[in-house]
Amino acid sequence: METDIAIIGAGPAGLAAAAELGRLGAGRVTVIEREPVPGGIPRHCGHSPFGMREFHRILGGQAYAARLAAAAEATGASILCNTTATALQDGPALELTGPEGVFHLQARAVLLATGTRESSRVQRLIGGQKPGGVIPTGALQGLVHLNHQIPFCRPVILGTELVSFSALLTCRQAGIRPVAMIEPGPRILARRPSGLLPRLLGVPLHLKTEIAAIHGRERVSGVTLAGPQGKTHLDCDGVLLTGSFRSEAALLAGEGVDPHSTGPIIDSFGRCARPGYFAAGNLLRPVETAGACWSEGRRAAHAIHAALRGDLPDPSHGVPLTIRSDLIRYALPQVIFTDGPGRHGQIQLRVTRPVHGILSLHQGPMVIASHRINALPERRITMPLPKNLLPDPLILTLEETA
Amino acid sequence: MAEVAGYDVAIVGAGIVGCALARRFAIDGARVVLLEKAHDVLDGASKGNSAILHTGFDAPEGSLELDCIRAGHAEYLDIHQRLNLPLDRCGALVLAWDAGQEAALPDLMAQARRNGVEDIEPMDRAALLAAEPALAPGVRAGFRVPREALIDPWSAAHAYLYQAIAHGAELRCRAELTRAERRGGRWHLTTAAGPVEAGLVVNAAGLWGDHVERLLTGESFFRIRPRKGQFIVYDKPAAGLARHILLPVPTKITKGIVVCRTAFGNLLVGPTAEEQEDREDASLSPDTLRNLRETGESILPGLAAQEVTAAYAGLRPATEDKGYRIRADLARGLVTVGGIRSTGLSAALGIARHVAGLVGRAPREPQHWPQMPMLAQAGPRDWQAAGNGGILCHCELVTRREIEAALNAPAPARSIAGLKRRTRVTMGRCQGFGCTAALAKLTEARFTQPMTCGDKDGD
Repeated sequence: METDIAIIGAGPAGLAAAAELGRLGAGRVTVIEREPVPGGIPRHCGHSPFGMREFHRILGGQAYAARLAAAAEATGASILCNTTATALQDGPALELTGPEGVFHLQARAVLLATGTRESSRVQRLIGGQKPGGVIPTGALQGLVHLNHQIPFCRPVILGTELVSFSALLTCRQAGIRPVAMIEPGPRILARRPSGLLPRLLGVPLHLKTEIAAIHGRERVSGVTLAGPQGKTHLDCDGVLLTGSFRSEAALLAGEGVDPHSTGPIIDSFGRCARPGYFAAGNLLRPVETAGACWSEGRRAAHAIHAALRGDLPDPSHGVPLTIRSDLIRYALPQVIFTDGPGRHGQIQLRVTRPVHGILSLHQGPMVIASHRINALPERRITMPLPKNLLPDPLILTLEETA
Repeated sequence: MAEVAGYDVAIVGAGIVGCALARRFAIDGARVVLLEKAHDVLDGASKGNSAILHTGFDAPEGSLELDCIRAGHAEYLDIHQRLNLPLDRCGALVLAWDAGQEAALPDLMAQARRNGVEDIEPMDRAALLAAEPALAPGVRAGFRVPREALIDPWSAAHAYLYQAIAHGAELRCRAELTRAERRGGRWHLTTAAGPVEAGLVVNAAGLWGDHVERLLTGESFFRIRPRKGQFIVYDKPAAGLARHILLPVPTKITKGIVVCRTAFGNLLVGPTAEEQEDREDASLSPDTLRNLRETGESILPGLAAQEVTAAYAGLRPATEDKGYRIRADLARGLVTVGGIRSTGLSAALGIARHVAGLVGRAPREPQHWPQMPMLAQAGPRDWQAAGNGGILCHCELVTRREIEAALNAPAPARSIAGLKRRTRVTMGRCQGFGCTAALAKLTEARFTQPMTCGDKDGD
């Protein structure tokens, strides 16, 4: 099979790119989606709000997902569902697998928009036994919203990110009564007003607390919590592991992956190290809203359109950006251009802990930009780029101030 | 099922050893029943191991264990293709990291040769680094054991079970043995799944071997002292860092921490060796998982940049003695197969042959060869074939057809754990983030131990 632009992943980023490429008349667009229905993560979210930026109205997750897909198809994109990309090849070309086995798709450009997943139990180093009923939010949302099933009745919820409160709402809708929310850090990670939810819903919140061990042989019977008061036992019948997202970058097989962002190394145009491949959306880093991913997808469409016309600068002319501070969790893009269409116009970054400080961009001995920030780990920080750069490598630092 | 009379052999415990015993006895013409107390087979010691087919190069000289490993290894090589079971003949490297370990190498090599593993090759540092470019440069010397191999630990056991069933054996799960009486030259067993009568009972109860022995005879000649082994599993890109199974120089207590690929294309580091009293609590400890990461990185520094996606722990049914505790009391119609601590996967077919010999059954040739689903990375895998129904688990590339097959197998999956062992579903990097809903739908009402606890609207 052949196409002009292949997009892997029919979530907000992939579908936005498909629609925009169609609008631009960039060529034939084929979207590859492993699920039976397009839409990505929003499809699993029963709650609002989605769609303000994209459709200027408030939609539920499933309605929003359906509109994204319809918008892409309206411009002529074809969406291949039940199809998994099993390998990336030079060309670019994709090895795809569907119900009828393996086939190949040649393209002039490929956009990777495979999104994100939550960290597993072992990545969070949770000890104890391995009974059934320890699941990530993605699994809960699918069970409740797609199947109308519930995996447990009285779980503990680990995490206090935005998704954790989404999970809490899903639980309440489904008649599940969480017995506690657990946060290892000193405060709730999500922005207000989500943080008020546990108290409103009568769910005890334990800060500075970790799940030291999970108990139960077949089903979860309880957890040991380690908190300021030492170790305590809590009866429950499930553990919901929320947030702590990481990029779904397995297709890259470790090549060209940034250990800080967990996603692919990209330049300002979203180009990956491998020729012909682009990336956008939450694959780039954990994790932004559907609306932010949608914007990135649209921007990537412009970059791809330009690339197919030969209008992008040579990839080797970019200036590499290096992080030099433990306080910076990641910074994107990793290779900077200051001119060209469909560009990330800013550096986006996040910090590893709450910090007041000065963020500085260096080239050689010179500080070329400097900003005072008051940052929290869950907030995206953006830093505008100076118009003209030297060809020297860029170094990003963050000095904490008292 | 209600019929009481009728079995020649009742095997207690459907672990790897029980499945191999059932296969042997059924092929040899016996009427066999295999009794398992859990929802599904392989639920005890056989749940977690390092998935290596050993040669026995470091087994105790002159031991029954060595004989069984050698016979088991040879029989696996004979039958694996006919059952569609994988075999990765990657070989092992035994590595010395300090002067003391280096000094121990000649004795180990001499022992290997005396154990009949004569094709070992000594290797100096340069040869080791050429054979394993990702190895830490501090390695001093070692030797290669070419016939150590990687297999799929669960498909092998399921294959033995399915072949037993094809030869008439019967499996009863949730059939814990609660009473046993020897009357009129027959055993009258009371189980949670009804009464069973058999001429011969084989105790292959693994972690519960001494308990079952006491149920059968009123006493036990051994005591199980579970020894836990924790493992960490790296995601697939890490597998490129190791070609061989990387073994340390063993100590008197343990074979030590192994680094090796898995048949499924991951890389594992483990096991620890931790004695405990509890026979069911295979708990993971965060500190140990951190230590395993460090150990792995000290052997393959490149692992520092790789992702750990899973961890597990197995319990070895060790006893107060190092050797196997195999004993036949034919007057009483009882064979005990106890203390198969860490070489059960390699030795199972050999143990079965040995036990058949003890009771004087002549070996026959199998009439039926069930075809196992190929789950090894080297394939060919079902997702590559037409009509697979689409991929359901995207991390491990498990198809809907493979899941249907496991739900309809001769011994069908009866729990999510059993389905995982039969298909690898949800065992990958996302741990069910993406596929749990589809899986719950596909398996609805198929498990005796359900994944969900009710309906959203019906609770």
